Amino acid sequence: MLEISNLTHTYGSGPSAHTALGGIDLRVAEGELVCIVGPSGSGKSTLLRSIAGLLRPTGGRITLDGTPVAQIPDDLAVVFQDYSRSLFPWMSVADNVSLPLRRKGQSRKQRTRSAAEALEQVGLASAGSKYPWELSGGMQQRVSIARALAYRPSLLLMDEPFGSVDAQTREDLEDLTLLVRGLHNMTILLITHDIDESVYVGDRVVVLSKAPARVVGDLRVDLPGPRDQINTREHSDFVRLRGEVGRLVRGVRPSQPSAL
Amino acid sequence: MSGRALLRNRVVCGALGVATLLLLAEAAGRAGLFGQDTLPLTSTIVARTVELAGDEEFLTDVAATMTAWSLGLLLTVAVTVPLGLLLGSLPKVEATVRPLIEFLRPIPSVALIPLAILLFPDRLDLKIAVIFYASCWPILINTMYGLRDVDPVAKETLRSFGFGPLAVLWRVSLPSTAPFIATGVRLAGGIALILAVSAELLAGGSDGIGAYVIEASSSPDGLEFIIAATVWAGILGVVTNSLFIGAERRLFRWHTARAGVAA
Ligand SMILES: Nc1ncnc2c1ncn2[C@@H]1O[C@H](COP(=O)(O)OP(=O)(O)OP(=O)(O)O)[C@@H](O)[C@H]1O
Ligand SMILES: [Mg+2]
Repeated sequence: MLEISNLTHTYGSGPSAHTALGGIDLRVAEGELVCIVGPSGSGKSTLLRSIAGLLRPTGGRITLDGTPVAQIPDDLAVVFQDYSRSLFPWMSVADNVSLPLRRKGQSRKQRTRSAAEALEQVGLASAGSKYPWELSGGMQQRVSIARALAYRPSLLLMDEPFGSVDAQTREDLEDLTLLVRGLHNMTILLITHDIDESVYVGDRVVVLSKAPARVVGDLRVDLPGPRDQINTREHSDFVRLRGEVGRLVRGVRPSQPSAL
Repeated sequence: MSGRALLRNRVVCGALGVATLLLLAEAAGRAGLFGQDTLPLTSTIVARTVELAGDEEFLTDVAATMTAWSLGLLLTVAVTVPLGLLLGSLPKVEATVRPLIEFLRPIPSVALIPLAILLFPDRLDLKIAVIFYASCWPILINTMYGLRDVDPVAKETLRSFGFGPLAVLWRVSLPSTAPFIATGVRLAGGIALILAVSAELLAGGSDGIGAYVIEASSSPDGLEFIIAATVWAGILGVVTNSLFIGAERRLFRWHTARAGVAA
């Protein structure tokens, strides 16, 4: 459903120009959950913002369901890392979730119903009338996820969605992501710098190099389901994949013999 | 509440300070430290102030001043907020009008009243015009800077759901700027009252607190009434200001609550 070919992006021009993306090729099939990992500053957010239409890349092609991304695609939602800045503090949680549905021309009643349903799916059925700043960080990120879910996007982009929460909450949110992906037939692109997370959550892990970013690895994750925070992480395939991804991220030759 | 706890209350503390000052002034006056034609006794002023509250002529003047005040402020908000939003969202236009703003803003507005007297034959128009000129600045500046400080992540979030620039302005930029605009309006309210009374004092005319003061100054016991009218002007300033503060607290609880979290 998503096709990226030879995508490049350079910030600025002249001597201070910085090439963040150095020719990315990527295809994502419908319903896939693809994790993108890469070193800090490699251009992961740049890639995501290009797909979301928030930034016009300097070169290359992105097509969504066959149509080139020129503006912001219609059925796409983004979950940002910074939930406290991404949620609107002057609105209740329910209003935050239902606001984007105005774009879909839904009636107020429909919007209220969709918002309540999405909040229930993320386990926040009773928080609708609260304000975002009255909730914990993990709960706020759940609200962002509910907002994206209510919108029913065919493509969900998440930029380090769990980067600002504690380890326990992070695991809960990873499991929530695995749970909700099954609810609607969503394609998910999740950016993370956490190697374990990419293997635990993804069907596929795509590794980017340092800037200018290129795809240096594309691994299929075949772990027995359903995934479980304890057992999956102990599984020998998980350990092997984690090592492979780790070596790719650090730029170590993948041909180096693995210890296994 | 113990005495110590009472002292910690700001309102109680302030009231105590004012009462002490008034008592000292009364004692000094009675002791003959200054003549009563220089400064009337506190008790006389208090009596006159209370008296004015029932004086129909004075109340009409208060109504006239407050009418000019509210119309002037309303016009200023109606014109300046959209203007600030426009300038704040179009940096290029802002850059071109910036020198003009920097030139006009420091002109003491009271100094423009004589010019305004020539331009506006009608007293109410005159007051509204000078109120507008003086009180547009805090609103304009706060709107422009508030808009500049809107969180880019918030704007981008709405944009990513496919909302256009106008929707982003209306649904994100305006609400997040609103607390700053409100502060600008409160400051403008204080300025507007000063300008309304100043215009009445300088332009003469028949109604308004300023006109009342001028009239009182020509009567033999006028001093007492002038001071009492001034006290009322002060009370109006304090009351309108606290009404604005109260409204801000209620409307923008999210703003203070979130700032509290960040602090
Ligand atoms: N608006 C911009 N102008 C100029 N340079 C930018 C801009 N945004 C990002 N960059 C640069 O482009 C590079 C890639 O940035 P990007 O945010 O895409 O990286 P990232 O992989 O998401 O990093 P992180 O893991 O820290 O989130 C960085 O070196 C960054 O400094
Ligand atoms: Mg990033």
